[in-house]
Amino acid sequence: MIRGLSRRLVLAALAGAAADLAGVALIAAAAWLITRAAEQPPLAALSVAIVAVRAFATTKGLFRYGERLAGHDVALRAQTGTRERLYRSLIPAGPLPRRGADLLSRMVDDTEAVQDLLVRCLLPAVAALLTGIAAVTVAIFLHPAAGLALCAGLLVAGLLLPAGTATAARRWSARLAPARAELAARVADLVHGAADLAACGARDRAIDAAMASDGRLARLERGRARINAVALAVGMLAQGLTVIAVVMVAQAAAVDRVASAVLALTSLVAFEPVLPLAAAGERFAGVLAALGRLREIAATPPAVAEPAVPAPPPEPPLTIQIEGLVVRHGEREPALKGVDLTLTPGRRVALVGPSGAGKSTLLAALMRTVDIESGEIRINGVDIRRVASDAVRSRITGLTQDPYVFQASLRENLRLAGPEASDAELALAVRRARLDGWVERTGWDAVLGEDGRTVSGGQLQRLALARALLFDPPVLLLDEPAEALDEETADLLTADLLDATRGRTTLLVTHRLRGLEQVDEIVVLEGGRVIQRGPHAELVAAPGYYRDLWESEALTRRG
Amino acid sequence: MHKDLLRLARTERAVRLHLAGCLAAAVAAGLLVLAQAELLAMVLSGGASQGVVTGGVSSALLLLALVVAARGLLGWAQGIFAGRAATTLKSALRRRLLPRLGAPDGTAAGTTASARDDTEAGATGSAAGSGVRSGELVTLAGRGLDALDPYLTGYLPAVAVAGVVPLAVVARLLVADLGTAVIVVLTLPLIPIFGALVGWTTKTVTERQWRALTRLGGHFLDVMRGLPTLRAFGRARYQATVIRRVAEDHRAATMRTLRVAFLSSLVLELVASLSLALVAVPVGLRLLSGSLDLHTALLVLLLAPEAYLPLRAMGTRFHAAMEGVAAADEAFAVIDGRMPQEPQQPGTPQRPRTRAVPVAPADPPEIRLEGVTVRYPGRDTPALDRVELTVTPGERVAIVGPSGAGKSTLLHVLLGFVTPAEGRALIDGADLTDLHLDTWRRRLAFVPQRPHLFAASVADNIALGTAATPAEIRAAAAAAQADGFVAALPDGYDTSLGERGANLSAGQRQRVALARAFCRPSAQVVLLDEPTARLDGRSEAAVIEATRKLCEGRTAIIVAHRPAMIDLADRVVRLGAGSLVGGETTS
Repeated sequence: MIRGLSRRLVLAALAGAAADLAGVALIAAAAWLITRAAEQPPLAALSVAIVAVRAFATTKGLFRYGERLAGHDVALRAQTGTRERLYRSLIPAGPLPRRGADLLSRMVDDTEAVQDLLVRCLLPAVAALLTGIAAVTVAIFLHPAAGLALCAGLLVAGLLLPAGTATAARRWSARLAPARAELAARVADLVHGAADLAACGARDRAIDAAMASDGRLARLERGRARINAVALAVGMLAQGLTVIAVVMVAQAAAVDRVASAVLALTSLVAFEPVLPLAAAGERFAGVLAALGRLREIAATPPAVAEPAVPAPPPEPPLTIQIEGLVVRHGEREPALKGVDLTLTPGRRVALVGPSGAGKSTLLAALMRTVDIESGEIRINGVDIRRVASDAVRSRITGLTQDPYVFQASLRENLRLAGPEASDAELALAVRRARLDGWVERTGWDAVLGEDGRTVSGGQLQRLALARALLFDPPVLLLDEPAEALDEETADLLTADLLDATRGRTTLLVTHRLRGLEQVDEIVVLEGGRVIQRGPHAELVAAPGYYRDLWESEALTRRG
Repeated sequence: MHKDLLRLARTERAVRLHLAGCLAAAVAAGLLVLAQAELLAMVLSGGASQGVVTGGVSSALLLLALVVAARGLLGWAQGIFAGRAATTLKSALRRRLLPRLGAPDGTAAGTTASARDDTEAGATGSAAGSGVRSGELVTLAGRGLDALDPYLTGYLPAVAVAGVVPLAVVARLLVADLGTAVIVVLTLPLIPIFGALVGWTTKTVTERQWRALTRLGGHFLDVMRGLPTLRAFGRARYQATVIRRVAEDHRAATMRTLRVAFLSSLVLELVASLSLALVAVPVGLRLLSGSLDLHTALLVLLLAPEAYLPLRAMGTRFHAAMEGVAAADEAFAVIDGRMPQEPQQPGTPQRPRTRAVPVAPADPPEIRLEGVTVRYPGRDTPALDRVELTVTPGERVAIVGPSGAGKSTLLHVLLGFVTPAEGRALIDGADLTDLHLDTWRRRLAFVPQRPHLFAASVADNIALGTAATPAEIRAAAAAAQADGFVAALPDGYDTSLGERGANLSAGQRQRVALARAFCRPSAQVVLLDEPTARLDGRSEAAVIEATRKLCEGRTAIIVAHRPAMIDLADRVVRLGAGSLVGGETTS
């Protein structure tokens, strides 16, 4: 892969250099042809130049076409590799070091920097370098001092100037980025908070604030434009003054007319591939920053340490024993501070408690997406840390937080949880998740997700439930399946879910108590500790968090 | 030039001036190339010794240096003007765009609700159409307008140069050497003709592949977003091979498109360089026969490429420029209200709000809805259908009903976010559409179902739209049972919230919104939209307690479906499918 890539890259670079060289050679040959013809030699003396002019004129465009195709091809290949590596590095990764709503789309944009690095920075630089070397060599051959003048000019335009624009771009983007973010936040507030602003009569003030951000951004952008303007001017001056210097040197040394015309025109045209490097330098700074961000993200430490020699994964039926479990997210206070829980085959346990009590953390520890600080989780007596995390997840999984709908057909969206499943099995899972009515209406091949058919919150949770049922893990986890649903839908889903999990080893996280009389045990978590446990009837009988919550819920159900 | 942008540039003096400066500098620099070629040809042909001009080579070189310096200066000026034109134009666009974005209307409920999903997965999974759209609008008004930069700073100057310089070059060539001029005049039109031909034949191919390309291109982002789900079902590793396969397909499809798309630049390049050969070879032969002098020959050689260069420069900038045009189209579609972002419903022209209510009457008003019917565009059934409702001053009314029954719409009518298609809303007997909306809204306190937290401090979020003092803000927070958790935030009331700020739970957000309402002591009418819909029992109790306090001495209309909230009301009104159903019950 890498070998093929570098071969293609060399090919693209050579084609690019050939195109630029043909451009310089075309002018040089034409200059020679014309000045030599003015000396009125026999026609035969010109024939080589005539052929050369025609040949260079034809090949220049062809080489350029080849370079652009080969360059884009190699860039897309490189981007594929970058994306695949980034993805692979994120499979075992824990929480990402950067946050933000559009983190992922920015990351995907960043992988496109690889394309720019090759097509807009590296290939033009190589072509410019080879062309410059060729032009300087020819010039030195014609007149050494003139050649050195050309070399100096090219170095200014091709090295100093891009270095300058790269530095300036780095400095300016460090100032522009926060200004952009501020404007984006103010605009987002205007759009997403439209109703709040209008109701509070604060719209005009919010618009003024956004325009003030715009003004600050505009001032910075004008500053950056000044840098670009200077770069443009310096490039033009370098070209013009170099040509003048070359001509003066040639004149002073009384170089003959043919040679000085070739020198001057070669110098003039040699700058053509070099001048765009100033813009490439600017882009290069952005590319470097993007690649830096990707490296930082790819270096995200794995969520859990994998065992060096994994123990053979336990076979179902599975008994899960959790003892004194302590889990901590980063530097914060532990999310779980010593939790005990046993899940025997066929039993259903519900985890309840206020948000932030550690319910989801417990599931994450079971699914090995967060590591254990102290205490133990054992599967059939085997420490969970001795089993490969993939093997754990194939046995303990289900409906996780934030289920995702892929941009794919309904069938494919289900099938990711059962690649070998038959149509009958798919239909059964859908029926048990009570999604069959919707499936009949939309059809199995309807494309879901962004740009596709919108999926409502209730349908999304049911789709996730159908996936979980299709996957049929020995231990089924269900994390807040009724979250973000309206009351009626939530009740229906909870009822269906309790129906579908009868007789399965299940751990259900919920903030709604209705229906919990059906589960075998309820564990109440608060502040990372178990504060109550037992069956529904027992918990309702005793004073405490559970009864308070039950009464509050019962109160809201009276209507 | 884009006709809407032109219209905008006409009204904005600064944009017009800077743009004119930018184009003038570009054209002047382009014309100086003629002078440069002239002088260079003179120097290289040893012009002075042949007596073409008086003065001598060194003075010609000095002139050449001046021309080069002038070109540098013009290049600099072009860059400066371009930067200014771009920023002033973007600011002018934003100034027109932002008020359109901040207009709440029938879709405002959708926009506010879906925008607040805390996770990306949730946002894509459950976002309704309007939510996706609102995200696009935010991007458009922010980064989106940056697409105009290449259009203004690159493409437009290139177009101006292409319009002037080739003509000037041809004119000069006509004077210098008719034969060359004829060749250039004949080949020059080939560039646009071939460009258009190639573009025309490739258009269908490109468009056909475009959809497939975007779909394949979006695959990677889709998989990255769904990684947690893939991990949960052990499909994460398998998907890596899918990524490679899809990316490979994407590359192959892209290359098929590019092979055709790059043809146009191949044609441009070929026409330009072959024309140079067409010029140079005959000129050389004529020099040989002595029918042409060297100065003219060199001038022709230097000038001929300059006739093609501006057209090629324009061509290479065309693609990036089209993205700018697309951004401008989108922006003007919003500005001119061609998008469903209008504050007014179609068919209900806004009457001038002439009769302003007397400023802040002392008592809560009587609110009456008479046959109020609201229709949203694109929906067959009305959201509200001939609703009759009278709320006496100080009364607390709970509105209940299944989702989609029009409960929120009813509040939006009273807020003036939507105007009834039929019927009217009367405030103390005055039609709401005749009232000055800002004055009316000053008498309201609105607590939405999912309040938006702004990228500002907690204090600013509470004081929204008022000039409350810190003490008043604290008092409002205390009344809303929010002071406890606010004090526990890292910077207390100065902690910044919003996307980049601290995360508050749903219950805490709701209490910030209630504090907002408490911060408006002049409000006599409280409108609450299911304030406890997403809360667990304990958070709900706190919010209900705060709501009870807020309703004291005020008229309250509460959209509710939790009985504890309904208990606060004097009267319960049921809505079903846009109409009042059943009898009203007294709580």
